[in-house]
Amino acid sequence: MDAKKYNAYVEQITPKHSCRLNTLKAFACGGLICVIGQALTNFFVYMGMTMTMASAYTILCLVAASVILTGFNLVVPIVKVAGAGYLVPITGFANSVAACAIEYKQEGYVFGVGSKIFNIAGPVILYGIVTSGFFGALYFILLEIRAI
Amino acid sequence: MKKGNVTFVFEEPPVILEGAGIAGPKEGEGPLGKCFDQVWEDPMLGKKTWEEAESELQKKAVEAVLKKAGVTCGEIDCFFAGDLLGQIVASSFGLAAFHRPVFGLYGACSTMGESLILSAMCVDGGFAQKVMAVTSSHFASAERQFRFPLEYGNQRPLSATWTVTGSGAFIVAKPSGAHSDKMGKRWGRCPRITMATPGRIVDMGVRDSMNMGACMAPAACDTIEAHFRDTGTGPEDYDAVITGDLGYVGQDILTELMRKKGYAIDKVHMDCGIEIFDRESQDTHSGGSGCGCSAVVLASVILPRLMDGTWRKVLFVPTGALLSPISFNEGKSVPGIAHGVVIEAAK
Repeated sequence: MDAKKYNAYVEQITPKHSCRLNTLKAFACGGLICVIGQALTNFFVYMGMTMTMASAYTILCLVAASVILTGFNLVVPIVKVAGAGYLVPITGFANSVAACAIEYKQEGYVFGVGSKIFNIAGPVILYGIVTSGFFGALYFILLEIRAI
Repeated sequence: MKKGNVTFVFEEPPVILEGAGIAGPKEGEGPLGKCFDQVWEDPMLGKKTWEEAESELQKKAVEAVLKKAGVTCGEIDCFFAGDLLGQIVASSFGLAAFHRPVFGLYGACSTMGESLILSAMCVDGGFAQKVMAVTSSHFASAERQFRFPLEYGNQRPLSATWTVTGSGAFIVAKPSGAHSDKMGKRWGRCPRITMATPGRIVDMGVRDSMNMGACMAPAACDTIEAHFRDTGTGPEDYDAVITGDLGYVGQDILTELMRKKGYAIDKVHMDCGIEIFDRESQDTHSGGSGCGCSAVVLASVILPRLMDGTWRKVLFVPTGALLSPISFNEGKSVPGIAHGVVIEAAK
């Protein structure tokens, strides 16, 4: 059997998670997290905050909650069900940073936590900043053109 | 003595004097839980880091086998040891305290086979009276070495395996000589290593490191077929053909590959990775893996069955997936390797 045929055979014989079911679960769980976020925002606005402040506090709450769940090792069982529903919102980002912080603490605060805290989140941060810089510049140029 | 293309036949087959298997809590809850010499409820074994815990596993396994065999550390001429961590540090720190010569090995999860073969060659070659083969793996240190932090949430594919927390140690000894009188009656029961078929590196271009069964099955097939061909035997000549950690996915592939070569091994095939966990209740997906997997199953299931007469002759084939996180990131495939060892019950 050559490599190509073998890989096709492996592809066919290997069991996979049901994509439809996973998508459905991710939609439901991700939706639930968004509902919680919206409820928090509404609450903060109700308490008299501006919308910008309320959004910032909502994010803080979700991040804090995710970090605490990570500390108790509860994210792993949640993600087993929720999948991208938990990972795509800010909760997944918080988990990836907190998990690294816990894991690499044993290697010290400089070469452990310091160097490796963004092991998983690093690409998101780097390309997030690069992309926002690029589109920021584009936006600026378009505004200038319109002004002329 | 060489036989055929790649098989060694031992002239005076070394005996496996004694074996010991130490396991972690999840393995202890599994179907083989009662068979292990020790089950540690604390996965850290009272240590501060996962790596130290794995070293401690090796240390405990060595101490346990020495005690069981009534052999002192000074009688061990050398160690053949390995694990999965970078630069095999679990072995370095686990064996340092014994102050005996150490050969550090890396064959990924096939290291148990590699260490047994080298031990047998060393003893049969007349260089040593007693040597020890020891390997270990730890779920948490392996996750850190190869995958993600433990608390990071991600979905494991159904083909993924669960690294076994455990260590196995075996004393391989010359079946005759000055030390034999001291061992008395144990002679009569010790299983013997009669043949070995070291594995070739087989690369079928599989790139999915979360499907190690598929990476290793062609290597297992290659070694088993080479062994059958070199020795003129077939599956019917063995009570069991035991692979290391192919898991359910790898087992299906191996059976199919062997069928295409004209050997029906499904009746005698057993996989240590499948035996060690209950996939329904323990959520381990394709099965167990790691160099501790085949080691603890050898100590706790295979050797006892050879000693109580359930089996007469088995082909033990630990399997390894040869990848590093760097080779994987650089787009390399995951080649496999499998080392075959024939273990026979005492005459």
